[in-house]
Amino acid sequence: MTGVLTRGRMVGVLLACFGAMVAICLVAPLVGMDNAGGARRLVWIDLGAVVDGIRGPETLESQLFVLARLPRVLTGAVVGAGLAVAGCVFQALLRNPLAAPYSLGVSSGASLAAVLAIRFGLDQTALGDSAIGLAALAGAAVTVYMVWKLAQIGSDLPPAMLLLAGVIVTIVCSSAILLVHYTASFSESYRFVRWTMGGLEWIRYPQLLRAAIPSAIGVFVLLTLARDLNALSAGADAAASVGVDPRRTTTIGFFAASLVVGAGISVAGPIGFVGLIVPHAMRGVLGPDHRVLVPASIFIGAAFVVLCDTVARLALYPAELPVGVVTTLLGGGFALYLIIGKRTRARLWGGS
Amino acid sequence: MLRVTEVDFGYGDAPVLRGASLHVDAGELVCIVGANGAGKSTLLRLAAGLLIPQRGTVRCFGEDPAVQRRAELARRVSFLPQEYRLTFPFTVAEVVLMGRYPHQPRGLISLESARDVERARAAMRRCDVDALAGRRFDELSGGERRRALLAQAFCQETELVMLDEPTASLDPAHAMSVFEALRAETRERGASAVAVTHDLNLAARYADRIAVLAGGRAAATGSPAEVLRSPELAAAFSCELHVGTLPGSDTPFVVPR
Repeated sequence: MTGVLTRGRMVGVLLACFGAMVAICLVAPLVGMDNAGGARRLVWIDLGAVVDGIRGPETLESQLFVLARLPRVLTGAVVGAGLAVAGCVFQALLRNPLAAPYSLGVSSGASLAAVLAIRFGLDQTALGDSAIGLAALAGAAVTVYMVWKLAQIGSDLPPAMLLLAGVIVTIVCSSAILLVHYTASFSESYRFVRWTMGGLEWIRYPQLLRAAIPSAIGVFVLLTLARDLNALSAGADAAASVGVDPRRTTTIGFFAASLVVGAGISVAGPIGFVGLIVPHAMRGVLGPDHRVLVPASIFIGAAFVVLCDTVARLALYPAELPVGVVTTLLGGGFALYLIIGKRTRARLWGGS
Repeated sequence: MLRVTEVDFGYGDAPVLRGASLHVDAGELVCIVGANGAGKSTLLRLAAGLLIPQRGTVRCFGEDPAVQRRAELARRVSFLPQEYRLTFPFTVAEVVLMGRYPHQPRGLISLESARDVERARAAMRRCDVDALAGRRFDELSGGERRRALLAQAFCQETELVMLDEPTASLDPAHAMSVFEALRAETRERGASAVAVTHDLNLAARYADRIAVLAGGRAAATGSPAEVLRSPELAAAFSCELHVGTLPGSDTPFVVPR
């Protein structure tokens, strides 16, 4: 029968997406840039030397690959996967194709807490830089809880309430950030701005673990909701009529997606646009069935951030761009392209 | 199988139902009629456990549907809501197959079995939407959507089907075919159905019983012939009604005078 998801199609699509992610994650740490003699050219590390260095005594290549670039690439993958899947889930839960991981205020709350941590010098204490990450995580958690509580007013949790609560919290936190900015010194102010752009350049294995463990839990939970999100996108009553408890699905989805977003923000700052554009692009290509869309978003989100981060690392070498700037520029350009393409627009948002 | 007893319900301060009762027995097709705002949809949503009554009880197969697990309830009761707005461009086949969700094992990612697809195909044939399987649901006409949703409800293979205005925005021939399909489907499986409708003549022709909702309660309940001639029906719509009988049958019909 036409229009039905078959096992073969599902496996094929997911293998292709998974393959793309693995290929990008393998190639990205191998490539570097050299500007000796004023001419910039790409430099590839020899994979053989990396393998030798891992097996036997360390080589320069293995150190560069394993210690410097791999944790950064893997963290990029974890953060990208998390943002894309969270965006995909929020779009379904809120029944709004414009929803994104940050629509519900998580990133503003996290940013406010990070900015306060910098302002009050928490990163100068024994905790060091991880104090900012921890503060961001705490800020994200408090925001998520507040938004949830606000949306409960009226008890039956309509998606519009959740979105409205998120927008209000975002605006309040943004204003508070401006206020802190106003009172800060120039150097603090620079660090605020830098943090809110998102970046992966200082990542090592401890940060990777800090992001990966909660993300893995959240992503697993979200995968189990995939089918129910299909039913929920027709509204609460329609979902209930085919046996999907709208309240339970919304609650679990909201908190699991928030966990994933918070974990990502705490190590990499807010990286924009991934969570909006990846699910959209995937929906345009693969159709709206969340059983394919959710896992495909995970793989392609990971690949997209790793790709953008590699561009960020190489484009202005020896300087680095913040990855958030690259994702937003590339993602924004792609979004415009989608909107301009009429056919694609119809597939994404319906209507003509 | 469905027993709604003396329920009160209101939105905010405005009471909608006051002591409304309704029962549906095995194999019956019951139609709920009434003026706009009489509380027909509210009554149906209470029966489906989507709302909780402020007073009175609702029992679906002996259990309170509002506290029962949705997945369990959905194996026995399907509900076709009045409004169905899809956020994303699913195909008709995908929408119909959602009716199989309560029957699928809960895996990490569950796919439709061959049996699920077979059931969906049969339901789509019955509702005359099999030719639309690959079309986008949001590109269908209003009537085609109603029929696709009816196919979803049939595909769910429940013992009780609840429908909120299944024939709204359908042309007369398709409106009739919806009730024909409903009749055939329920007879075949010994299932029952309860439908909210504005079409008194379809109710008269197909229902075993009609319940007239007025003043927050079931003002009259009975066979079509009784209810159509009852003063409560005319009062519910605040107009005079002319009741006749279709030539060559004992099916009553009604027109406003």
